[in-house]
Amino acid sequence: MITAPKIEYGALAPVLIVLACAVLAVLVEAFVSRRQRYVVQTSLSFAAIALGFLAVLLNKDVSGRFAEGAVAVDGVTVILQGTILIFALLGLLLIAERGFQSFTAQASALPGSADEQRALASGLQQTEVFPLTLFAVGGALLFPAANDLITLFVALEVLSLPLYLMAGLSQRRRLLSQEAGLKYFLLGAFSSAFFLFGSAFLYGYAGTTTFEGIKSVIRASPGNDMYLMVGLSMLTVGLLFKVSAAPFHSWTPDVYQGAPTPITAFMAAVTKVAAFGAILRIFYSTIGGMVWTWRPVFVVVSILTMAVGTIIAIAQKDVKRVLAYSAIAHSGFLLTGIVAFNKSGLDATLLYLATYGFTTLGTFAVVTLVRDAGGEVTDLNRWSGLGKRSPLIAGIFTLFLLALAGIPLTSGFIGKFAIFSAAYESGNISVVIAGVLASAVAAFFYIRIVVLMYFNDPQEDGTSVVIPSPVTALTIGICAVATLVLGIFPQPVINMINSLATFVAG
Amino acid sequence: MNGTSQMLVYLIAIPLFSAAFLLLGGRALDKVGHIIGTLASSAAFVIGLLEFFAMLGRAPENRGVTQRLFTWIEVGNFNVGASLFLDQLSMCFVLLITGVGTLIHIYSIAYMSHDHDRRRFFAFLNLFIAAMLLLVLGDSYLSLYVGWEGVGLASYLLIGFWNQKPAYATAAKKAFVANRVGDVGLSLAVMIAFVQFGSVSFSGVAEGVEAGKASSLALNCLGAALLLAAVGKSAQFPLQAWLGDAMAGPTPVSALIHAATMVTAGVYLISRSHFVFDVATIAQTLVLIVGAITLLFGAIIGMAKDDIKKALAASTMSQIGYMILATGLGPVGYAFAMMHLLTHGFFKAGMFLGAGSVMHGMNDEVDMRKYGALRKYMPITFVTFGLGYLAIIGVPPFAGFYSKDKIIEIALDAGGAKGIILGSITLLGAAITAFYMSRVMLMTFFGSKRWDAGTHPHESPSLMTIPMIILAIGSVTAGFIFNMGDRFVKFLEPVFHSEHGGHGEKAHLLPPIVVSALALTAVAIGVSIAIAKYGRGKEIPTVAPSDVSVWTKVARRDLLQDDLNEALFMRPGQELTKALAIVDEKVIDGAVRGVGSLTLDVASGVRKTQTGFVRSYALWIVVGALAILAAITLVTL
Repeated sequence: MITAPKIEYGALAPVLIVLACAVLAVLVEAFVSRRQRYVVQTSLSFAAIALGFLAVLLNKDVSGRFAEGAVAVDGVTVILQGTILIFALLGLLLIAERGFQSFTAQASALPGSADEQRALASGLQQTEVFPLTLFAVGGALLFPAANDLITLFVALEVLSLPLYLMAGLSQRRRLLSQEAGLKYFLLGAFSSAFFLFGSAFLYGYAGTTTFEGIKSVIRASPGNDMYLMVGLSMLTVGLLFKVSAAPFHSWTPDVYQGAPTPITAFMAAVTKVAAFGAILRIFYSTIGGMVWTWRPVFVVVSILTMAVGTIIAIAQKDVKRVLAYSAIAHSGFLLTGIVAFNKSGLDATLLYLATYGFTTLGTFAVVTLVRDAGGEVTDLNRWSGLGKRSPLIAGIFTLFLLALAGIPLTSGFIGKFAIFSAAYESGNISVVIAGVLASAVAAFFYIRIVVLMYFNDPQEDGTSVVIPSPVTALTIGICAVATLVLGIFPQPVINMINSLATFVAG
Repeated sequence: MNGTSQMLVYLIAIPLFSAAFLLLGGRALDKVGHIIGTLASSAAFVIGLLEFFAMLGRAPENRGVTQRLFTWIEVGNFNVGASLFLDQLSMCFVLLITGVGTLIHIYSIAYMSHDHDRRRFFAFLNLFIAAMLLLVLGDSYLSLYVGWEGVGLASYLLIGFWNQKPAYATAAKKAFVANRVGDVGLSLAVMIAFVQFGSVSFSGVAEGVEAGKASSLALNCLGAALLLAAVGKSAQFPLQAWLGDAMAGPTPVSALIHAATMVTAGVYLISRSHFVFDVATIAQTLVLIVGAITLLFGAIIGMAKDDIKKALAASTMSQIGYMILATGLGPVGYAFAMMHLLTHGFFKAGMFLGAGSVMHGMNDEVDMRKYGALRKYMPITFVTFGLGYLAIIGVPPFAGFYSKDKIIEIALDAGGAKGIILGSITLLGAAITAFYMSRVMLMTFFGSKRWDAGTHPHESPSLMTIPMIILAIGSVTAGFIFNMGDRFVKFLEPVFHSEHGGHGEKAHLLPPIVVSALALTAVAIGVSIAIAKYGRGKEIPTVAPSDVSVWTKVARRDLLQDDLNEALFMRPGQELTKALAIVDEKVIDGAVRGVGSLTLDVASGVRKTQTGFVRSYALWIVVGALAILAAITLVTL
């Protein structure tokens, strides 16, 4: 006889609320009239995020495994889910921008077809992006909480599938956007296969898919079982793909460039937090006992990722591609926190994710504003002299770039300082040296954009900064304030992470 | 042992916010800017007074209070934050800065009333007050450094306030550069302190010194670095040249920044670091030498200046020389240095305001050769300036007598040949001071009218005269009050841990009464010579005579300090810059460009892996997966 599984709704509430709202949003898309959809969808999305955040706050002191051990809710989960929801909110604000169009009127219409013309002419905008975003957020919330290989895989897919679609929704340069979506899907599916393959091997090794089960089997028989090695390697590939670590990063520039910029912003912040959350749980908690096995791999991957990200970024001429390589480089910096494998490494990684998310969201938000008649202008040469034309926006963008470069008094410095000192503390000097060198190289291409904006003459080619509507302005404002506050008064956040960030015991 | 106070931050915050408000508020605040600025300064003064009375209510050894402001970052042992610390020494400064500062704010309302940028002027004054308070309230060399740079910035902005005149802008730049040289000393000191003691707080360094954590060489280097900083900020030899040029700023600025407060920051720095100098004997001797040289240097320049403000500036230099010399004498000297600093703050600020008042009435004329007989036309200015004059030359019972006399006394008591040399220098300085100050007095207020045509001197408005009167009262009474029952020395005693009565109990070279007599004789000689040269019936040419001795010429040129700087630093500096520019162009730029283009080559090479083909991306993933598998397997084998 089958007994009904015990479900602790309170602990799972953040995920459940967001996914339920996502389902509701699908119904809204089907039944609410076109003209009202935008209002209903945005309200529903923001309500989902707000309620989800409330549920996270209520889980503050929870620590345990729930839903028959499939989900772990502990301090780390709470911090990560809170961070994800804040970034999701900021991303949604960008997606909700209607002052200018980032999304195609009708995603299902073929580029250049009569259907598309008609959709454009009607002036109406499909709102399927909202339920898609909510599903992605739901997946992202579950990803770092998953305590079971199957749950982890489901979360990964729930997070990824909407993103593949969302990447293809750009209004301008439809073909590039659809190509990006397709590439992301193909490579994502490919890496998911690795992931699943690895899970199967791990199941073959441990006879269970739960993390604590695998942990106890490893503890009982430490050794070099081939099933374990293969399983572990393939699982690592799947996760490293998601955080765009080298050599699994190649999708990132194409997708970041092709996707509508609000989606890029959302993806850059939310996916990174979720994927690093999962990596933390697996490598710090589940297979922490095998640190001597996986640490060398992470050292190499981390250094390689930093090098690839910073060096190739120098040769880029498109602002979104620069930022994509910058995202890759930051994954490398974040991996030094995984290499550290100590409490300060855990705290530092969580802090870095928070600081990086705000800054990257802000950066992409500014990118949405620099436009000409044909849409966004991402060619860096056409950004020259922006500081003279729009001093405020250029100033804020400079702040974000300085934060990405890790200049003191911005959040980027605090994050880098914390994560490098954690790695240093653990004795992995090589990643610290590589990290500092990479930061120096990275500063070059960030500062180059600043120089371009301030010291070159403006071009008379119709590039201008549009006045943002309140939603985008709010996002940029929040991100700028967070970047400054976390740079000047980081201590409360550091203390909160320090006291909260523990994994559930066992 | 120390209490806490939550008020300290407001001392700094109020003038700082006022400055920001006035600067950001724009023209809309033009009508009220001066009032806001004055109120902010007064509010700081009131807080200072409240803290002072609270301090007097505590037992002498528990009078220091601290306030933790914030923790910037705290990771493991690495802890950076900021605290404020107020003890008796800082208290003297807080009252001087806010008290004299407020008077000068009030004075400036009238003095600057015709300037259309008065709001900006008050914003800078407030900025100065805030920075100077941070300088004296910081509990570490690092926060002191922030304040130190802040006052340097405010000083630069105010000297160049009328920067439409290129000469003034150049003067501001000169002051800034000379100060930078000194600041190198302070940053070196911070680094030495951190390396040697792992701390930059005053208490941390003091404990480190006491525990013998540093070698005597390191301590002397630390002392020398601190002295360099003090020399730059306090216009001491050999970095004194900027002070004369700094007189380009509006006169209230000269009174506040370049007489009463900022230039005395060097004295504060050395007194605050007494724990270093007490054990670093070589550095302490250097302090003595610097003080003694500057004392005479300033006095000699003062004799030759016809510009009333530059004469006063030379005098400031010389008087600070006295203070520095006193701090160089060790524990017995600090309290007297502080006492002279405070009395000097009163009388010198008062005299500068008097000079401003004279200029106000004389169409901004600064050449004393074109003054004369002003006592009838500006009676209040005459009386207040005259009281300041009596105080500075050291006539009893005016303030300067007590403080200067004590310095001469302890200089003589320094022992052996050192005592006799220092004592003679201080006495000689007193005589010269009497001479050049009498000269200023005689040329300005006595003798015949030598005014330019169209000058109608008149007394200044009461907003200007009242601050002058208050400062004059201070010049008359401060010395007596401080000296009564040694109360000032006793007040500062817990700070310096000096055995009280270092004077009086110790064997004197000469009895105090004899010292006073000697000093007064020196003053009398100086005054007599001045009267003989510039007194009744002597004709003073309105153009400085050129057939003077070579010594006078040299003194008029600031004892060739500018020429020296030019020959020693500027020309070699220019040559060095040229050489460096060539090296930079050929070697460094070449290397950078080489690295840059190499990186770009690498980048464009690596970029070729980014083909855009999904199949090649997928291949990379496979390669990566195999590499990871191989690595993990290899590690475990």
